[in-house]
Amino acid sequence: MVIIEDLHKRFGKNQVLSGLDLTISEGGVFAVLGPNGSGKTTLIKSVLGMVIPDKGTITVLGENIKKKSDYRHKIDYLPQIANFPSNLKVKELIKMIKDLRAFTNAEDQLIELFRLEPFLDKKLGNLSGGTKQKVNLVLTFMFDSPLIILDEPTSGLDPISLIRLKDLIQKEKAKGKTILITSHIMSFVEEVSDEIVFLLEGKIYFKGTISELKNKTNQPDFEHAIASILIDNHA
Amino acid sequence: MRSRWSYVYFAFYLLLGVVLLFLNNDLSKAVITLMNVIIVLVPLIGTIFGVMYYYNSKEFTELLLAQPLKRSSIFLGQYLGVALSLSMSLILGLGLPFVFYGLFESSAIWDFSLLLITGTFLTLIFTALAFNIALSNENKIKGFGYAILLWLFLAIIYDGLFLMTLVMFDDYPLDKLSLIGTMLNPIDLSRTLILLKLDISALLGYTGAVFKQFFGTNFGLIVSFIMLTIWIILPVLRILFKAKKKDF
Repeated sequence: MVIIEDLHKRFGKNQVLSGLDLTISEGGVFAVLGPNGSGKTTLIKSVLGMVIPDKGTITVLGENIKKKSDYRHKIDYLPQIANFPSNLKVKELIKMIKDLRAFTNAEDQLIELFRLEPFLDKKLGNLSGGTKQKVNLVLTFMFDSPLIILDEPTSGLDPISLIRLKDLIQKEKAKGKTILITSHIMSFVEEVSDEIVFLLEGKIYFKGTISELKNKTNQPDFEHAIASILIDNHA
Repeated sequence: MRSRWSYVYFAFYLLLGVVLLFLNNDLSKAVITLMNVIIVLVPLIGTIFGVMYYYNSKEFTELLLAQPLKRSSIFLGQYLGVALSLSMSLILGLGLPFVFYGLFESSAIWDFSLLLITGTFLTLIFTALAFNIALSNENKIKGFGYAILLWLFLAIIYDGLFLMTLVMFDDYPLDKLSLIGTMLNPIDLSRTLILLKLDISALLGYTGAVFKQFFGTNFGLIVSFIMLTIWIILPVLRILFKAKKKDF
């Protein structure tokens, strides 16, 4: 699905990714974890073509993405911070993104799922952080793409929306889609993901299932397993 | 945001046109006064709106970048959106009062069209320059600063330096040099173009005669427009080049 080879990226003096290799096979939920500044968002943005790598190749669905844009039809992306143009109404934004991508009817269902009807005629600038995140989720999930990338999907969500989001992820997974998630909420990751990828200092430190990680670190639960990696590496 | 401000801009030009016509009571005179305003103001507005729009729509740009759109079309679209709406405000805002005043029966129509054409060129040029500055500077304040400096340089400081060189090298034949110097600054070029068209070049003395000889001909006019077009194309190419390599 996604093959990343020898990816390098530096921002000024800060080497964020240094020779990262990663292969994500088709189907399932993958969580990309790592301490702050370990390069999770940079990795995701490289796959999306928003960050241009210094070195290395990225292949999405068998196509080298360098200087291409059409492959993004096959990716649904949820950005980390939902900053939308504040003078647009929710309805207008949804319509606009639909115009840019493809026809879809799935948004009505999603709007209902996240109880967004009362906000459709409000301007995005007047919405709360959590509501914006819900709009963000609707925009992401309304297209039926084989690859879904979620950068911190839980931020700002209330408990009930969180449960709905988890259901949504499971539903998409059942359709055979590949879902890439970054999150700092370990319980969320443990619940939804099939496999985790742990980034440390711009490289992959661990890739495998959660039980493999627990065995490797000799820790009974996931949260402590992650913590022990961080302590061992003074991160 | 963009649309609201372009209405304000439109209203401003409308008011300016009406007031000038009212005060001067004569089309040709109003055109001359207008030139002085346009030559300085249009670049300033283009610069400020360009920078402001880029920084304000940054989040929106990031949203678009994740969509299946080419980077070149995103940035070109934004540039044209700003530049063309500013040009429209200029043309309609100034055009309407002049048309109602009886522009079409007047001899000033060519001078006035030239004024609007150069105004449009200046808008396109300075919006492109502003986008360049904004793309190269993450820091808003710095970007605004550089943009204002650029405008100040081309609108005022350049003339000062130019004049000083002319005074210092007074003993040499300078008409070629001053011609080239004028060509290299879009504001100067526009000003000279309009002044000569208005037939007040006699005020400029000998150099004026040389200028008249050059700009007054069709050849000079064409060369000038080619120069102005180059002033648009180069910054736009740099926008595309920069946008391709930038990280978001």
